[in-house]
Amino acid sequence: MKKKRSIGRSTLTFLLIIICIIYVMPIVMVVFNSFKENSSVKTETFMPPTAETFVGWDNFVTGITLGGSFWESVFFSVFITVVSVALILLCTSMAAWYISRVDSKLCRIIYYLFVFSMVVPFQMVMFTLTKTAHTLSLDTPWTIPIIYLGFGAGLASFMFVGFVKSIPLEIEEAAVIDGCGPLRTYFMIVAPMLKPTMISVGILELMWVWNDYLLPYLVLDRTEYMTIPIHIQYLKGSYGTVDLGATMALILLSIIPVIIFYLLCQKHIIKGVAAGAVKG
Amino acid sequence: MPLILTPINHERKCSMKHKPSAGAVGSDLIRKPIRRMSPIFMGPMVIAFIIGFVWPFAHGLYLSFCKFRTTSDATFIGFGNYLKALQDPTFLHAFWYTALFAVVSLLLINILAFAVAYALTQKLKGTNLFRTVFFMPNLIGGIVLGYIWSMIFDGILSKFGTSILLESQYGFWGLIILMCWQQVGYMMIIYIAGLQAVPGDMLEAANIDGASRWQTLWRVTIPNIMPSITICMFLSLTNGFKLFDQNLALTAGQPFVFQPDGSVVKKTEMLALNIYNTFYGQNTSARGVAQAKAVLFFILVATMGIVQLRSTRRKEVQQ
Repeated sequence: MKKKRSIGRSTLTFLLIIICIIYVMPIVMVVFNSFKENSSVKTETFMPPTAETFVGWDNFVTGITLGGSFWESVFFSVFITVVSVALILLCTSMAAWYISRVDSKLCRIIYYLFVFSMVVPFQMVMFTLTKTAHTLSLDTPWTIPIIYLGFGAGLASFMFVGFVKSIPLEIEEAAVIDGCGPLRTYFMIVAPMLKPTMISVGILELMWVWNDYLLPYLVLDRTEYMTIPIHIQYLKGSYGTVDLGATMALILLSIIPVIIFYLLCQKHIIKGVAAGAVKG
Repeated sequence: MPLILTPINHERKCSMKHKPSAGAVGSDLIRKPIRRMSPIFMGPMVIAFIIGFVWPFAHGLYLSFCKFRTTSDATFIGFGNYLKALQDPTFLHAFWYTALFAVVSLLLINILAFAVAYALTQKLKGTNLFRTVFFMPNLIGGIVLGYIWSMIFDGILSKFGTSILLESQYGFWGLIILMCWQQVGYMMIIYIAGLQAVPGDMLEAANIDGASRWQTLWRVTIPNIMPSITICMFLSLTNGFKLFDQNLALTAGQPFVFQPDGSVVKKTEMLALNIYNTFYGQNTSARGVAQAKAVLFFILVATMGIVQLRSTRRKEVQQ
């Protein structure tokens, strides 16, 4: 009986190893092809680079200048993501604390609107949001975080309100009695307690903003500013003959930091995903 | 598990308009000083929310009843846009195509994710490594994913002298494979959280009573993880309907079929991409129709979520 089970278990492990190998194959293919010359990417996609097809770092060198500077796009992506996530965390957590502590009728209306915004697909507001952003000159990388704060408010405040409600009131009362003003109560008492939720929300918003394509594509002035997804789409979309080798090189450059980040903060990322699973 | 369930239970409370739970009622001691600070606490959030959501939403709703090219030349025409949207063959094609895609991807993703999660909760060696690998594709953006897979599919199909852009069957299954690769790891995480919360004594009792593995799975495990199943089905269905980036990067709607009346049916174009193409296509007078499509799309996605949550919730184990 015991032997039979252990055979079953090793077959299962073996099966999982095979699936695992299949799973990383696409990434391996990107690595292979980013070192191959353009013409052999399509004909020998699944072969590792050979002596004839290997071109060293050439693809990376041509890639980073193709269709505008790639480093500039990287900079804008990093800037927009960092500022948007910081802004979302700060503003929504403050608003969430206010909403659950003041709990007036107006607060509840705002809260329901936040929840409602979670089920609205981007296409619904796509056109008018773009127009609003242009009218208010929010169409630069420096100001687009405000749009992200507004459109991404739903999930973040929903999660924060859910957590603030579980914090015992007595702690804050004690702080107020000891003479803390609301701002100090928030930053010294409430914000530290919100840390686990902040990490979850931060991870979710980070994944969203970093990978988002359509919103920055429509809102930003494309001739001046690009983010990484826009840059890659631009390479593939607008050229007659696509330099596949260079595109793969850029794709590799753009996923390496993501994979490193993932391996470093895996625990938090997986926890954040489980916590944010309610997102529609 | 509590991580997932708390927000949902809480939402249910809100929708039933019960008075808020005890923790939500701030004492006056706290309420009064915070109120005085409302511009600081609520100001930035509310302004950004109005710019980023409330106004665009309301304006979009209004524009769906108007004929317009830009937002300033809108004239009210009633339900005309909706009639046109519902008669548009490309929109109807996109709807059925998306519906089929969403159902197939829902089934495949959930079955695979559950199977993997079940295997990974059997205390095998290397579980952490497997989990890490399976979840990884989730962090890669839709555009990049689309191009990685278009390279792979074209690498295979070019051996047979064809391409993913030439045959709508390839585009469909290509997108299904891509979505499975991306989403199985995500759903797996939710299923693992559910499986780990199944009470051990219940499994033990089933074992002592002589239940087979199969019986235990169907009679004990699955009823206990109904909340996770609900969430995953809901997520994969709406993800399927809202899909845009992957669709754009993999096929962008190709192959195109030219109709005798001059219109073009894009065989692999999904709803979100169809709305986008109507808005920003050659024909700028169709923007009202595009906005009407967007409203219909919103109603579809929103109700689907509600209906599905309600129908699956009944099967949950009462705790």
